[in-house]
Amino acid sequence: MSTRKSLITSNLRVLTGLVLITWLILPLIPLAIWSFARGWFFPDLLPKTWSLNAWNYALSDTAGVLDSLWLTIGISLAATVLSILVGVPAGRALGMYKFKGKEIVELMILAPTIVPGIAVVLGIHSVFIFVGLNNTVPGVILVHLVPTLPYMVLVMSGIFANYDASFEAQARSLGASALKTFWYVTLPAIMPGIIVGGLFAFLVSWSQYILTLLIGGGRVVTLPLLLFNFATSGRNDITGAIGMIYILPGIIILLLTARHLSGRSGAVGGFGQI
Amino acid sequence: MSDRLKITLLLLPAMLIIVLLFFGGLAIGLMRSFNYMPVIGLTEPDLSAYFLVFTDREFYLSFLLTFHIAFTSTVISSILAIGAALLLRRNFVGRSIVNFLFQLNLTVPHLVGAIGMLYLFSQSGSFARLAAEWNLIAKPSQFPALVFDPYAIGIILQYIWKEIPFIGVIVLANMQSIGEDYESVARSLGASRWQTFRHVLLPLIFPGVLSASVMVFAFTFGAYEIPALLGANYPAALPVLAYRKYTDVDLAARPEAMAMAIIIAILSAVMIYIYIRYSRRRIRG
Repeated sequence: MSTRKSLITSNLRVLTGLVLITWLILPLIPLAIWSFARGWFFPDLLPKTWSLNAWNYALSDTAGVLDSLWLTIGISLAATVLSILVGVPAGRALGMYKFKGKEIVELMILAPTIVPGIAVVLGIHSVFIFVGLNNTVPGVILVHLVPTLPYMVLVMSGIFANYDASFEAQARSLGASALKTFWYVTLPAIMPGIIVGGLFAFLVSWSQYILTLLIGGGRVVTLPLLLFNFATSGRNDITGAIGMIYILPGIIILLLTARHLSGRSGAVGGFGQI
Repeated sequence: MSDRLKITLLLLPAMLIIVLLFFGGLAIGLMRSFNYMPVIGLTEPDLSAYFLVFTDREFYLSFLLTFHIAFTSTVISSILAIGAALLLRRNFVGRSIVNFLFQLNLTVPHLVGAIGMLYLFSQSGSFARLAAEWNLIAKPSQFPALVFDPYAIGIILQYIWKEIPFIGVIVLANMQSIGEDYESVARSLGASRWQTFRHVLLPLIFPGVLSASVMVFAFTFGAYEIPALLGANYPAALPVLAYRKYTDVDLAARPEAMAMAIIIAILSAVMIYIYIRYSRRRIRG
């Protein structure tokens, strides 16, 4: 009796697992099929003719998809590097020191993770008009820092909270310069945090839509903007191909870092913004 | 160098960016929503933009829709994510696949998921084609409207797809660090499976579920591109409405857009506050 019952529960478990797996990959399937389809009309379950047209178009030099890809990579890399440069010192201050007003500082740095981008970007847009940053790549990079920086600081303050600064003092007392101490002692110790936080910053910037749309003003066309335009213009085959290109960096990053990612890290919250 | 100076210097660049861009953006939005902008000659602040927003029927419909989207998506995703995490902590065939797909989905941007939902659930999408194959419908228009629909079903389905892995990964990590000892004790003292879950495991994982679902609520309340792609034209979600007002050819609509942006910021802050207070009280009681 009890073995029969456990057989039922284990079968139920497998069945639920199957449903879950199907649901998780389901939305990506039509996207992938469309990228190889030529005219896939209702009510055909699969395309009658297959073709590489969409991929040829997306990967051609003239279509602008590749330009957009390089631009998006450039913007996300720049936002990531800036987040690291600014986020590491801030993480050190928050992770290693107790000071008056620390809670307020933490709250201020975390606020952008809760307040929606649309609520902030309209105001930023009307200031950027006056300083000439609208419709420019630097303007877009700057505005991407609003969502990326908090996660960088969060990851780094976690790293510095478990960091022993006495190694730095030892290196200094043995005659190492401040720069050398940073390069040979501090940097290797905090590198895992920089990598994880940097990858989060990259992915968060990579997925920005409304910030780029408004500040870029239609002149800075990153991949998500291009993808949205094709999706609303009904070119499903090209949308499929761009969509596949667009999710590639995330998958590569996942394969490289799967072992570093655990739900225990506060940085996982970054995934909520992607 | 004193600690005080050191801390100030370390924090300065980050605080400059957050204060100037984030709080500056909010402050300028607030000023413009009051029609106050000395640089362009507006020196008399007034409440006309808020008056226009609060007398507009579309605003209320839009608010209700946005709240419905955020609330429904958050509740359904949280419940299913807890279920998925319970499933994933046991060994079964395919567990590693689900684990991998969970992480994979975390890296796929919402926009891609939204386009996938469009191709699955539109009236000429994959499910409509399946229905036609099984002779349930004869033409696309007979398939129920699941995208661009007034109930925002397509939008909610997209969020559920994306947020189950997000909440699930956090809850699973929580469960693994808690271990199963507490539950074993409860079971050996005669608690039923449900009692063990309700009175032992749930209170333990609740803080994790709460913080993850707060993030989901905030995101789903303020996101633009998903309702812009999958939503009905009227009423549109609040962020879509604000964007439309802001980019209106009539520049006089801009203060109205700013007022909506400020309302979105305040509403999301207030609702998150209520949500946390209310849920904490419930779990203690």
